[in-house]
Amino acid sequence: MSVAAEPVAVAHASALPPRSWRLPIILAVLAVVTFVVFGLFGTDEEVRFAWSRAADAVSLDPSPASPRVIGLIFGALALLASGFALWSAWNRRKVGVWVMLIVGIAFLVSLVAWVGAGGSVPVVFLLTGAIGLSTAIVFGALAGVIGERAGIVNIAIEGQLLGGAFTSAIVASTTGSYILALLAAMVTGALISMVLAVFSIRYLVDQVIVGVVLIGLVTAITNFFYSAALAPNSGALNNPGTLDRIRIPLLADIPVLGPVLFDQRLTTYLMFVLVPLTWFVLFKTKWGLRVRALGEHPLAADTVGIKVNRWRFWAVTIAGLVAGLGGASLTIGSVGAFVREMSAGQGFIALAAVILGRWNPFYAALAALLFGFASNFRIWAGQAGSALPPDLIAMTPYVVTILAVALVAGRVVGPKAAGKPYLKE
Amino acid sequence: MKLELRGITKRFGSLVANDGIDLVVEPGQIHALLGENGAGKSTLMNVLFGLYQPDAGEILLDDAPRHFTGPGQAMSAGIGMVHQHFMLIPVFTVAENVMLGHEPSKAGVIDLGEARRRVREISDRFGFDLDPDALVEDLPVGVQQRVEIVKALSREAQVLVLDEPTAVLTPQETDELMSTMRALADAGTSIVFITHKLREVKAVADTITVIRLGKVVGQALPTASTDELASLMVGRDVELTVAKNPPKLGEEAFVVEGLTLFGPGGTRLLDDVSFSIREGEVLAIAGVQGNGQTELTEAIVGLREHALGSVRLYGRELIDASVRDVLGSGVGFVPEDRKVDGLVAEFSVAENLMLDRSDTRPFAKGGVIDLAHRDRFADDAIAEFDIRTPGRTTLVGRLSGGNQQKVVLARELGRELKLLVASQPTRGVDVGSIEFIHERIVEVRDSGVPVLVVSTELDEVIALADRIAVMYRGAIIDIVPADTPREQLGRLMAGVH
Repeated sequence: MSVAAEPVAVAHASALPPRSWRLPIILAVLAVVTFVVFGLFGTDEEVRFAWSRAADAVSLDPSPASPRVIGLIFGALALLASGFALWSAWNRRKVGVWVMLIVGIAFLVSLVAWVGAGGSVPVVFLLTGAIGLSTAIVFGALAGVIGERAGIVNIAIEGQLLGGAFTSAIVASTTGSYILALLAAMVTGALISMVLAVFSIRYLVDQVIVGVVLIGLVTAITNFFYSAALAPNSGALNNPGTLDRIRIPLLADIPVLGPVLFDQRLTTYLMFVLVPLTWFVLFKTKWGLRVRALGEHPLAADTVGIKVNRWRFWAVTIAGLVAGLGGASLTIGSVGAFVREMSAGQGFIALAAVILGRWNPFYAALAALLFGFASNFRIWAGQAGSALPPDLIAMTPYVVTILAVALVAGRVVGPKAAGKPYLKE
Repeated sequence: MKLELRGITKRFGSLVANDGIDLVVEPGQIHALLGENGAGKSTLMNVLFGLYQPDAGEILLDDAPRHFTGPGQAMSAGIGMVHQHFMLIPVFTVAENVMLGHEPSKAGVIDLGEARRRVREISDRFGFDLDPDALVEDLPVGVQQRVEIVKALSREAQVLVLDEPTAVLTPQETDELMSTMRALADAGTSIVFITHKLREVKAVADTITVIRLGKVVGQALPTASTDELASLMVGRDVELTVAKNPPKLGEEAFVVEGLTLFGPGGTRLLDDVSFSIREGEVLAIAGVQGNGQTELTEAIVGLREHALGSVRLYGRELIDASVRDVLGSGVGFVPEDRKVDGLVAEFSVAENLMLDRSDTRPFAKGGVIDLAHRDRFADDAIAEFDIRTPGRTTLVGRLSGGNQQKVVLARELGRELKLLVASQPTRGVDVGSIEFIHERIVEVRDSGVPVLVVSTELDEVIALADRIAVMYRGAIIDIVPADTPREQLGRLMAGVH
């Protein structure tokens, strides 16, 4: 048998892994737009940044500036950052999150200055409004993170926001107690979660389908009662008012940040507490460890004695409590009345925030904040009488969503077992 | 702890997986449970571990009857299990995996220091050298198995069940595992060692129970001969070696040069792979699972995009060709996971046999399938390949693993072949079918076709190969003659030259 070891000895250069250009190119385009559109071709009409409101304890003088100079400075900053991103990609290095943040913030600041040209930019209003408009999304995103970490994809967050908004409005109107109203909203969210859990865990119905059906159901129920009861008796049933603003002494007097962070309603403070709390429970406690195990490898969790379906049921139910709070923030935390279909897609935006935030409570909350800022920007830019056509401005939140998704999509891996029912035998 | 199983019966529908099985494991003993794939070993252990409820029979620990409704109860009773498919969470650290389900904590907050200390303590006792903070997905499979063992021991397991633990190990790692098993047994742990590998049973077991078709068919001592054990396991005399003549080598027909494939994030799944196969030659790829074998076969048949380098069959470049073109140019492909890539379980035997050519003559005329031809072809293949099926209309998913694999083989050998690529050709297949499949592969080789076999079973590699290429981390680290000693192959599989 004449079989010799004869590896084919051909000399060839060892190939290197392909470079990934998508992220740096998107960043570079954004940077060039910032520099060219807002900088080179920007306007010299003065813009004033208003740092404080009339009622604030410390009043700062507005800073006047030229939008073109702002565009040039921040554009240059963005160009530097995106240049660094291109260099990283060329050298096959990972582009850090901070690079994205620099380019994104530079773009936003220049855009705001450009839109505000010839008038003033109410900084406190922009930031407070961003937090206000993102509160429900943050709650929804936290609920989504908890559910998906446990392996249940909860599409019904949209319905939970709507349901929570509805019951909190009625309970606050009839009892006059905001605490009862918050509890009612949480219970509503939890009940919707339980329906989702029973159908998807016990009867193995596809989670997405149950979720969509639940949204339809909640929408129909609230619409019916709104027309049948709330609208005719709005004084008695749909007049909850809003939670009082709670000023935190001293902290609320800090310029800019004070009114933004420390002069808010209870629902906003709950959000401030729940984001780190959710992170802590998920990543530092034994319950969190188990919940994350369920979303990654439920069979492994089962083999160490964790009752998979029972744990999933309770995890989704707790997520429902959080989503319900988000609903309450829409009514008693904001406008002070229930309106038909007032969740208006925020539950879906929350799901996008979950993915953008890579299933991490902090990042998901940041993503939700970005969406909130985009919505608020739309409102302000519409009033500021910008040169942009209003329809174009109305697109802002969606453009932001698409850009943000394009930046991270394909690079995220969620919990492996999310959306899959757990079956034995 | 003494473990006793009495009359365990477990049915899945009409299938009786365990039929009145009795088993006694004495304290400090290594008890091998020997049986073919599908004999019912794993089912039995899942019953013991509380994952399945038995239809009849009882479990006794130290002579006291116990009833487990879930793994949690089995574990607190002192039973630990190292599953064939590891029950580890890849994105968790070693410490997180070990403590999951019984976390050291204060008011619910995990005490990570204590968890690390526990891992180190057990790991040091057996010389495992585990880093508690390493992510499990970054560890080689051999080390992952140690994590599983530490996980079981951290729950004070007194009966440790190891389900086919050597399937993913190099020969050296297997030896190390066996000394660990011995050390555990000497410390009083009872060990149930589930395997189908006779060599290992003889090397480490104190006593052997043989299971066939869900029943205990005999007890043996490790002094029994390999032939005795094999015939007990299979139920008849078996030929353990593949009879083959020296190869009649022809021209260098299949040449792979500098084949490179990158994964997400630039990891090298295939690293500059080069080899060639002559007509009438079997080149077998040896290596521990997950070292690029899957990617190699998939890149060759066109299932992987963006592969770099060159793959030539009789001078024709196959890189960047579609799967259809590759198969059309005479490549037969037996994929490693027949259930996922080889068959459509909900299709009949006859339909699966013509999947590759369902749109071409003579199977289809003008877009319409010629049913008579399909059935004729199926009947011929069933007879020729000895496919045990109630009929050609039976759904493939209902057949045993061995017969499913014969369907794949019959289809892939049904075309005019210029190259056969067979990945894990006998994984999860009974001994009778293994013999048959090996004979067919040798026949293909003897008819002058180059054959590439990929197997993680070293026995199979040695039995079939004319030359052996060893893969490690996506690269071929050496190509050696078929009579290379096992120890040397083992070292190569571990990446040591």
